[in-house]
Amino acid sequence: MSKLRPVLRYAVLLLITAIFVTPLVWMLLTSVKTYDAAQQVPPSWLPNPFSTYGYDQILNNTANPVLRWFLNSMLAATLHTLLVLVTASMAAYALARMRFRGRKVLFGLIVGTLFLPPTSLIIPNFIIAERLSWIDTLAVVIVPGAASAFGVFFLRQFFLSIPAELEEAAVLDGANQWQIFRQVLLPLSKPALATLAVLSFLTNWNDFLWPVYVLFSPERLTLPAGLGLLQGAYVTDYPVIMAGAMLASVPVLILFVFAQRHVIQGVSRSGLKG
Amino acid sequence: MADVIEVGAARDGAPPPAGPTRGRGATQRGNRATPYLFLAPYLVLFGVFGLAPILFGVWISLHQWDLQLPNRPFLGLDNYQDLFSSDSAIYGDWWSSVRATGIFTLFSVPLLVVIPLGLALLLNRSFPGRTFFRAAFFAPYVLGVAVIGLLWRFLLDANLGLVNRLLGAVGLPADTPWVTDVPWAWVSLVGVTVWWTCGFNAVIYLAGLQDIPAELYEAAKVDGAGGWDRFRNVTIPGLRPVMLFVFTTTILASANVFGQAFLITQGAPGEQTRTVVWRIVDEGLRDYDAGRAAAMSVFFALMLAVVSVVNFRLFRYRED
Repeated sequence: MSKLRPVLRYAVLLLITAIFVTPLVWMLLTSVKTYDAAQQVPPSWLPNPFSTYGYDQILNNTANPVLRWFLNSMLAATLHTLLVLVTASMAAYALARMRFRGRKVLFGLIVGTLFLPPTSLIIPNFIIAERLSWIDTLAVVIVPGAASAFGVFFLRQFFLSIPAELEEAAVLDGANQWQIFRQVLLPLSKPALATLAVLSFLTNWNDFLWPVYVLFSPERLTLPAGLGLLQGAYVTDYPVIMAGAMLASVPVLILFVFAQRHVIQGVSRSGLKG
Repeated sequence: MADVIEVGAARDGAPPPAGPTRGRGATQRGNRATPYLFLAPYLVLFGVFGLAPILFGVWISLHQWDLQLPNRPFLGLDNYQDLFSSDSAIYGDWWSSVRATGIFTLFSVPLLVVIPLGLALLLNRSFPGRTFFRAAFFAPYVLGVAVIGLLWRFLLDANLGLVNRLLGAVGLPADTPWVTDVPWAWVSLVGVTVWWTCGFNAVIYLAGLQDIPAELYEAAKVDGAGGWDRFRNVTIPGLRPVMLFVFTTTILASANVFGQAFLITQGAPGEQTRTVVWRIVDEGLRDYDAGRAAAMSVFFALMLAVVSVVNFRLFRYRED
């Protein structure tokens, strides 16, 4: 019995893993099939013949410039991440380390919006973006999301966990607040900043609802918004659609493999606030 | 790492460990404007896209606000009234979307509270390969709804999809209309969402499980408690705050369902799987009736706020 148990455990774990991973493998396999092979009933597992048809279609496509969408997404997610890191870390520093009038009220307001579903602000945010002439520009998928309270809340908690003595020493050396922030606090906060960076990048890269409604021009779309168009244009031409889905998946899967620790820690910590 | 954060969280509400006294802080640690300068960049973003839209949304909802017309006459609560009077043009569509979101939430939330707990318990001890399995369970969540939507639309395709093929291979019916008919469309939407997000909740549970002191289990063992007793009397009470968090955030996430229905069932059959969020954005941004859409948003946000408050009350109450 005691020898059987680990075997049973691994059998169960492998079965569950298959459920989670098989669909992703199927996406990969289909993306390298020919149109005919993907239409086969019943479908075959392995791509026979192996084909780059799906990728050829999306990479040489003027009506659906998938490569352009990929670059748009990469640019938007990168700039969004930088914006979040800079603004949230500065605000979190003030909220964690400084006393000023209105601090409690402000922090209460910021945390309060964590409980508000972001979808409920879509209509007013659309009109605000329209007044800024941001609709159908990359700015509209970079900037508004950085108003999220998560980064500020997350970094403030982390800063509070760092002993203030280190900063006191810097004060005695005559450092000003900016120097303390840049030279003492930020270097100590690298793990938290990395976690926030990875989570911000993932969120922005994967965002779907907002880009679908605020971007229109084919050359301005982000990849997720474009994938919706691809589905409409290719209906059951699954190698092409799966090649597009692969293009959206590979960067985040690579990021996940290399930054797994940060993703998992970020998620588990978000639970501890409850 | 999680422990470190907990220390920070425990300090919440206590004065910040900044300069020891106000006077010294003001003279030695920068002048009075300094905090506001640090806050300014974020506050601009927060003000324009976080706070203003809350008030602006309520304001819009009180007007007949057509995005394409210059005049926005004040309507008072008419937009809200339209949601409740059966002779308004929007009544049927609105309540059909509330029903769709309700069905989805009702079936997805229990599964997303229970299944991840099971996964977390499976992973909650050290054994070779644990990190690998945790990553595998979490992997779908890393992908966006656009990817998993297209993927599952394909997998659930009645003729070409892998799901019907696998069912056929084990002798089950191989022609289920997973994305075009009820109740199958609901099974698909709920199933895909569970597959997609249960790794996320499992990771949160796992962190919660690791915070339960091992001594509690030891003590229970000494008292002769079996595995089930320990689960009931140590694990569940220890997880209560984490469960509250998982339950509340899962309700919020499920109530906001959009992409799965938009891409997988595409609202079918008819408009039965068209959800609230989808209805709101279509009303406001496709049909340009921002006033009505804003009223729907405000009403929807209030409903969710009530649900969250009720959750907290229920869990707190049981704690006493």
